[in-house]
Amino acid sequence: MPLRITENIHNWLFSVMPEGVASLVEMTLIAVVYLTIFAVAGLFLVLLERRVAAWFQLRIGPNRVGPQGLLQTMADAIKLLTKELTGTEKADKFLYNLAPYFVIISALMALAVIPFSAEFHAFDINIGIFFLIAISSIGVIGILLGGWSSNNKYALIGAMRSGVQTISYELSVGLSLLTMVVITGSLQLSEIIEVQKSGWLILQGHIPAAIAFMVFMISGTAETNRAPFDMVEAESELGAGFHTEYSGMKFAYFFLAEFINMFIISAIAATVFFGGWLSPFGITESIPELGVFWFLLKTMALVFLMMWFRWTFPRLRVDQLLTLEWKYLLPINLVNLVLMALLVWLNLTLRL
Amino acid sequence: MTHEALQDLIGSWFQELEFTSEESQFLNIKVPPENLHALMQQLREHPDTRFDYLFCLSGVDWGEELGVVYHLESTTKRHMLVVKVYTADRENPEFDSVSDIWATAEFHEREVFDFFGIRFTNHPNLKRLFLTEDWEGFPLRKDYEDDVNMILH
Amino acid sequence: METEVLYSNFKSEEYFINMGPQHPATHGVLRLLLTIDGEIIKKVEPDLGYIHRSIEKMCERDSYQQIVHLTDRMDYLSANINNEAVCLAVENALQLEIPERVKVIRTIIGELTRIASHCLWWGVMGMDVGALTTYFYGFRDREMINDIMEETCGARLTMNYNVPGGLMLDIHPNFVNRVKEFVAHFKTKLPEYDRLLTGNVIFQKRTVGVGVLSREDAISFGASGPVGRASGYSCDVRKHHPYSAYDRVTFEEALRTEGDTYARYLVRIQEMWESLSIVEQLIDNIPEGEHRVATNAVIKLPKGEYYQKVETARGELGVYIISTGTKNPYRLKFRSPGFSNLSLLNHIAVGGKIGDLVATMATLDLVIPDIDR
Repeated sequence: MPLRITENIHNWLFSVMPEGVASLVEMTLIAVVYLTIFAVAGLFLVLLERRVAAWFQLRIGPNRVGPQGLLQTMADAIKLLTKELTGTEKADKFLYNLAPYFVIISALMALAVIPFSAEFHAFDINIGIFFLIAISSIGVIGILLGGWSSNNKYALIGAMRSGVQTISYELSVGLSLLTMVVITGSLQLSEIIEVQKSGWLILQGHIPAAIAFMVFMISGTAETNRAPFDMVEAESELGAGFHTEYSGMKFAYFFLAEFINMFIISAIAATVFFGGWLSPFGITESIPELGVFWFLLKTMALVFLMMWFRWTFPRLRVDQLLTLEWKYLLPINLVNLVLMALLVWLNLTLRL
Repeated sequence: MTHEALQDLIGSWFQELEFTSEESQFLNIKVPPENLHALMQQLREHPDTRFDYLFCLSGVDWGEELGVVYHLESTTKRHMLVVKVYTADRENPEFDSVSDIWATAEFHEREVFDFFGIRFTNHPNLKRLFLTEDWEGFPLRKDYEDDVNMILH
Repeated sequence: METEVLYSNFKSEEYFINMGPQHPATHGVLRLLLTIDGEIIKKVEPDLGYIHRSIEKMCERDSYQQIVHLTDRMDYLSANINNEAVCLAVENALQLEIPERVKVIRTIIGELTRIASHCLWWGVMGMDVGALTTYFYGFRDREMINDIMEETCGARLTMNYNVPGGLMLDIHPNFVNRVKEFVAHFKTKLPEYDRLLTGNVIFQKRTVGVGVLSREDAISFGASGPVGRASGYSCDVRKHHPYSAYDRVTFEEALRTEGDTYARYLVRIQEMWESLSIVEQLIDNIPEGEHRVATNAVIKLPKGEYYQKVETARGELGVYIISTGTKNPYRLKFRSPGFSNLSLLNHIAVGGKIGDLVATMATLDLVIPDIDR
């Protein structure tokens, strides 16, 4: 059992070395484990995306490397590792090299607070939601830096679009989650899930919660810069957008970060709206180990939804993107927040 | 309008026009370069002709002379006409641009300039279209020679 | 290009970027010099010639049979219609009596070519506005036409099926059945196209009211084909100057009056339906007879000038032949539809965003070898 293993390691560590060193070593261990899991998980998300895209597009998709092409993206990653790192002559070298790390590190940091199950939860801080929102907006700095420092006009246009887009949609992500926090009364993710034992929040908050969910998914897709909001890359307009001048592993960081961000957005939605690792109607309440399964099932369903968006919808234009946010989503969100507050005040939420 | 009616009408505007329908399915008008722009303007504006569609503009090297051939059609009356203009000056051929009458002529005239070296006065942006700026000679002229790029029989 | 001149004309906010020659949205080696203020386009200047092969010059040294093969390489998506244009011009000049069978087969293959071309355009159009899935749907259906062509003509893209005097070979025995199969198949797939893209809210937002071309401008810029017809300008050569078997089929000229990107899109979708109907009307009535009339091995056109218009998938293709009575043309000019359609790009793209330019260019349906002849 995973729980017992971690406990044993914990006890052993604290028995052989002083407390301060032990906790430091423990943190490092956890970080390494998380990094490994999610670097690999990110690769499999890429594979999933490619298979889903192939399915939508009457193709088979990667199917040669390993069974069902399972090792395809691994092979791709290894290829990218061995590729030459090219760059532009007049690039701002320091910022140019720094940018991919901003993006990938902020994506990985966010994973720390996501509750995979009751026990599998690295960092349960009392401002969990706030931390997630804050961390996820750091990534855009990397994109801006990358676009600006690579000294390429297409990259610069991409970066500017990204700045505009993320700053706008940040508001909707925050406000839609705030709407749900009105019900839970806590920002701590474990408590948010605790509240949902009497019904998932999307049911508890019914109409305003459903609206908040839709707004969250739309702005979440925009926040991860995925189609139909992929202004930043917009391959038919800008070539490759902000990462035009990146190659090899630096490009792979941007690429991987996009998929991990997609996972994070889906994970937040699953946690806040669909009860996280709770099983539907508590059918497997007696087996807490299945929490991870339920959490991943819900998250993957939402990931699939985001992929569905990407392979079906055309891209918006940059001014339409802003119109959507400032003229529609933001006012809807604000009204929705008031509605939710009234609901909670008048005790109209549904509870099992 | 029939060829005869067109010939009568257009012949009444200018004196120096030569008409022929031999060896062609259209009525051909040969116009002196100095009357070209006025004639074209008239052909487009006159209520009975209304040639509002310039569907083809070709440069031709006739050997001795260089010329431009304009194929016109009226989208309302559906009659067609060919206007030809010639110059014997091979060193510095020049005609009036008709790009102010038909916008499509702007690109077509640039193409003719590119390949025949015919200059068009009052053209808004007369420069090479396909070839590079430093290309020597005008490839579609009959006397053009290029040992490297041309394969002859 | 004189970049210094361009720079010196700049206002402080404007800058200049190169779109192409290698750019996903220019579909080939077209280079656009864009002057941009933020995202707003101030000027579009096409720079052509990256694949200019001087086909017109080559024609002056080739025999008429050889010229037909060169035309494939112009608008390769309407290869068969290009071949037809030259063949018709030569046949008219020689005053050959072409068998009915040839006329009908040419029309059927021409319409299939048009559908194939529009399928590809539809796929690429979707891709340009960001919906990548359309590409594969368009190619799926185009593949069926290519297979039919392969069986009958021996080639999938550059068919070379027409020769002056008729067709190179008779149609394959399976041709009729496979075409009927395709028509039945495509009738179920065209509504799918509408469901996937036409009705999509984002797609409509991206296209309605974008890149508006008025009727007057369309005529003045020599726009033809779907571009002209979307502006309400009736310019279908098949209607106004019918050739081959177009005088005996009934079809509706797809006309709209909005002149925007969405109208150009709808015109092409409707044209696919009309082409299907033309194919349906003819496929059961292919007359028996010769597939070719004999011509001299060396074709010499009588002295004179000949002009033939046809309607390719992109618009009006003109072949202007000046003959002096020898085996080669004295001068041969191709009036290509893409060339005129490209010339109006600056006119309709200025003031829009970069995204609008891409959507507008997609509906002009430019094939670069057609422009760079």
